[in-house]
Amino acid sequence: MYSEKVMEHFRNPRNVGEIENADGVGEIGNPTCGDMMTFYVKIENGILTDVKFKTFGCGAAIAVSSMVSEMAKGKTIEEAMKISNADVAKELGGLPPNKLHCSNLGADALHKAIEQHLAKKPATGEKGCHCPFCDAPVEGSSICAPCKNQGRK
Amino acid sequence: MRFGYFDHAAAAPLLPEAKEAMMPFLGDEFGNPVSLHHFGDKPRAAVEGARAQVAALVNSRPDDIVFTASASESNNLAVKGLALSRKAKGRNIVVSAIEHVSVLEPLKSLGVYGFDITEVPVDADGTVHPDKLAAAIKTDTILVSVMHANYEVGTIQKVKELAAVAHRFRIPFHSDGTAAVGRIPVDVVGLDVDAYTFPAMSVYGPKGAAALYLKRGTRLQPLIEGGFQEKNRRAGTEDVAAIAGFGSAAAVTKSRLPEWSESMTRLAQRIFKELPEKLEHIIFTGSMSSRIPGHVSVVVEFVEGEAMLLSLDDEGIAAASGSSCSAKTLKASHVLLAMGLPHTKAQSSLVLTMGKDSTDEDVSHFLDKLPPITRRLRQMSPLYARLQKGEDPYAVKPGEACEDEQEHETDER
Ligand code: FES
Repeated sequence: MYSEKVMEHFRNPRNVGEIENADGVGEIGNPTCGDMMTFYVKIENGILTDVKFKTFGCGAAIAVSSMVSEMAKGKTIEEAMKISNADVAKELGGLPPNKLHCSNLGADALHKAIEQHLAKKPATGEKGCHCPFCDAPVEGSSICAPCKNQGRK
Repeated sequence: MRFGYFDHAAAAPLLPEAKEAMMPFLGDEFGNPVSLHHFGDKPRAAVEGARAQVAALVNSRPDDIVFTASASESNNLAVKGLALSRKAKGRNIVVSAIEHVSVLEPLKSLGVYGFDITEVPVDADGTVHPDKLAAAIKTDTILVSVMHANYEVGTIQKVKELAAVAHRFRIPFHSDGTAAVGRIPVDVVGLDVDAYTFPAMSVYGPKGAAALYLKRGTRLQPLIEGGFQEKNRRAGTEDVAAIAGFGSAAAVTKSRLPEWSESMTRLAQRIFKELPEKLEHIIFTGSMSSRIPGHVSVVVEFVEGEAMLLSLDDEGIAAASGSSCSAKTLKASHVLLAMGLPHTKAQSSLVLTMGKDSTDEDVSHFLDKLPPITRRLRQMSPLYARLQKGEDPYAVKPGEACEDEQEHETDER
């Protein structure tokens, strides 16, 4: 049913896990839907230095997550934002038609993680203390609220 | 690699006796059973001999057996045929919420003739209670259909009591026996059903043959017309080879059933006992007290069914799941949802159907392989990660709506 490439990524997924103090976290789907994907990104100087994921879904969803993480790693934010569902499916040697929606999950979760990072980015220029991990402004404590939240999410 | 075939609900191996019975009709005995000349003799004798064997399996009279091509066809013929023949009396049909789609879908299409369906809910075990059935019956109800056993969760229904309820209202009762025949003894007279579906595959016969038992005197509108075969109840030249195979398989199954059932029951019991010792966070589904032999249905929490099936397949193990991702329709099992399981847990369903040839080695192999597969998939699972952090794995953030089903449907096209 699946291409060899899909099965290979399903059997040996790259970059499974979570990133502590990630710069961005993107979650797609939710438990009641049955499918869920969480992407974590580490961003330094506009480059995705690390990408990790956790996925609750079918074989295609796991292979897609693995492929997206591989494609995004080392890319600039701009390049990573351009990764499309079609690109992912193509890199995987195609997906069965009824599984194409799983490739949406992967790219969407990655983009959401990057967007989360960008959303808190403007704060960087402001005065005051900044979190050493993600540049978010910090009041009082030495660890920023967003990082702390994501760390335990 | 060791194998383990646990998907007898999808397909079962053909009995050698059945294959042998089929062979002449795939070769020289190509004649049509209706022919007057001698080419029709052996095929006709084979069909009628098989009818007697198939009837004997369920304690029916041979004349009350209609041969069809599949359990789906028998179900279609039963529910559409009975409903259409009674449409002057009313337009409501009562079914359980966990019927097979080959009962539910044809009834939906009867909607164009003004029929409507009432679904009787099931309890958490997947049992239909007779009082719930009685409560669902309306003045214009003309047919009740409740399956004998459910293939996804293994629960056996109290068919005799349910049929009695329908008869109290003078309504005919159909039961889909696909999951029951070949696993438990079936007596259509004792159950007092008016129509009963079962395929050759349930008794290790070939694909392409099935039966509909129809109690004498039950009126039925045929679906396939234009020939007098099967006493005008199903037109079309019979698949003689498949029917001959069905007959032989039915006869073998009738004599060996007690022994097969005992072995399947014992193997399933091993899984019920040993799997929880090896794997945490699993929930067995279906009735534990009224259950078909050789059937295990389990929710392996925090991992998705299709991912489990693919990983099991890598170990030579064939199983099934009620998860939406593993379904061609991308819909989660309506059976599990009707039993009150939340979507997320239905996603984690695993269904094992054993057969007469299943062995202790198959079961041991499965018990060895499922735990590491589950551990690997749980390491990837965001739900399991939540659990490990002491959070509620199934918590949904406020405002988060599920567009999943809709998304699935649009992408399917
Ligand atoms: S995640 Fe459900 S089909 Fe892929």
